Amino acid sequence: MVKSIKVYTTPTCPWCIRVKNFLRDNKINFQNFDVSSDQSAADEMVKKSGQMGVPVIDIDGQIIVGFDQERIKLALGL
Amino acid sequence: MQIYDLVIIGAGPAGITAAVYAARQNLNFVVISRDIGGQTALSAEVENYTGYQVISGPELVQRFEEHMHKYNINLRENENVLNLKKNGENFLIKTDKAEYLANCVIIASGKQSEQLNVPGEPEFKNRGLAYCAICDGPIFAGKNVAVIGGGNSALDAASILIKIAKHVYIINNAENLKGDQLLRQKIEQAANVTILNKSQVLAVAGDKFVKSIKIKNNGQEQELAVEGVFVEIGLVPNSEFAKEVKRNQKKEIMIDIHNQTNIAGIFAAGDVTDVPEKQIIIAAGEGSKAALSAFGYLARKKTGNK
Repeated sequence: MVKSIKVYTTPTCPWCIRVKNFLRDNKINFQNFDVSSDQSAADEMVKKSGQMGVPVIDIDGQIIVGFDQERIKLALGL
Repeated sequence: MQIYDLVIIGAGPAGITAAVYAARQNLNFVVISRDIGGQTALSAEVENYTGYQVISGPELVQRFEEHMHKYNINLRENENVLNLKKNGENFLIKTDKAEYLANCVIIASGKQSEQLNVPGEPEFKNRGLAYCAICDGPIFAGKNVAVIGGGNSALDAASILIKIAKHVYIINNAENLKGDQLLRQKIEQAANVTILNKSQVLAVAGDKFVKSIKIKNNGQEQELAVEGVFVEIGLVPNSEFAKEVKRNQKKEIMIDIHNQTNIAGIFAAGDVTDVPEKQIIIAAGEGSKAALSAFGYLARKKTGNK
């Protein structure tokens, strides 16, 4: 069972909206961090993913950059 | 392998509109696309799509998508078409995930950002180098950034970034900024903007992330300390996979007034084509036109009257 899902997003990025909708559609609970208003979350995201593009998804420590549906599904066991 | 009536390549305004028309005709079809919404999803405010006085690009895309999903549509998202070719009586579409056969095809794959082609670009992609201010801009809050380009999309990016970044350098190749006058004035009047005309980017540098860019300004080489670089130097059509289809010098797919390409059965619509204007509403209209032409083609094919 997946325990912790963190999603690092900005309010305006279309892929971020898609990731969040995808998780909601699949009834997956997640914590959203808006990196445009939360500087420490932004730093954390850059540190974790080694890059500055959004969205970043952290599934129990597994870092996925971008709305990579297949990898997300795999990580969630969907 | 099953043969679809129609394969639609792309899911921007043109592809989605074509899909809605195809669904209403009960065609057996599939939509293959890298993303949903294309460039519209990356637009800030849209103020010229009839019926919506002001709507953000992502919101408009959401409406398009809702409209499309009203029908039961076979959508293959996150899939890139690698090759499209004639295969006897029909067409073979190869993607990075599968192969499809179709009686006819609508290419609505749009355009994408042009690359800088300078040293440092591949390494620093997503490490300070970005192609979408509305997506990645907020990460550069309080930082110095550069926008490369001098047309409408560069001005758009700059207008987003002046509200977020500490300072915005605009690196413009031409003598003056081009594009919308109101937007230009707004940017020229901003306190945290430096416009460098007659300037080119020579290289992007840094360690793990971008630290600076090397530019040539009026023939003089200089280095600018920036942590973000937004490339907005124009767009190129996503037409590489359609090598058999006739394209113009700009690599746009050439179509007639019925959206027919040089190959019977292959239609094209929207920004990937040589249609004179590139607008969301035009792309949507062209998508419907291509779909209607495709129905005509399929009907003639069925009755054996080609």
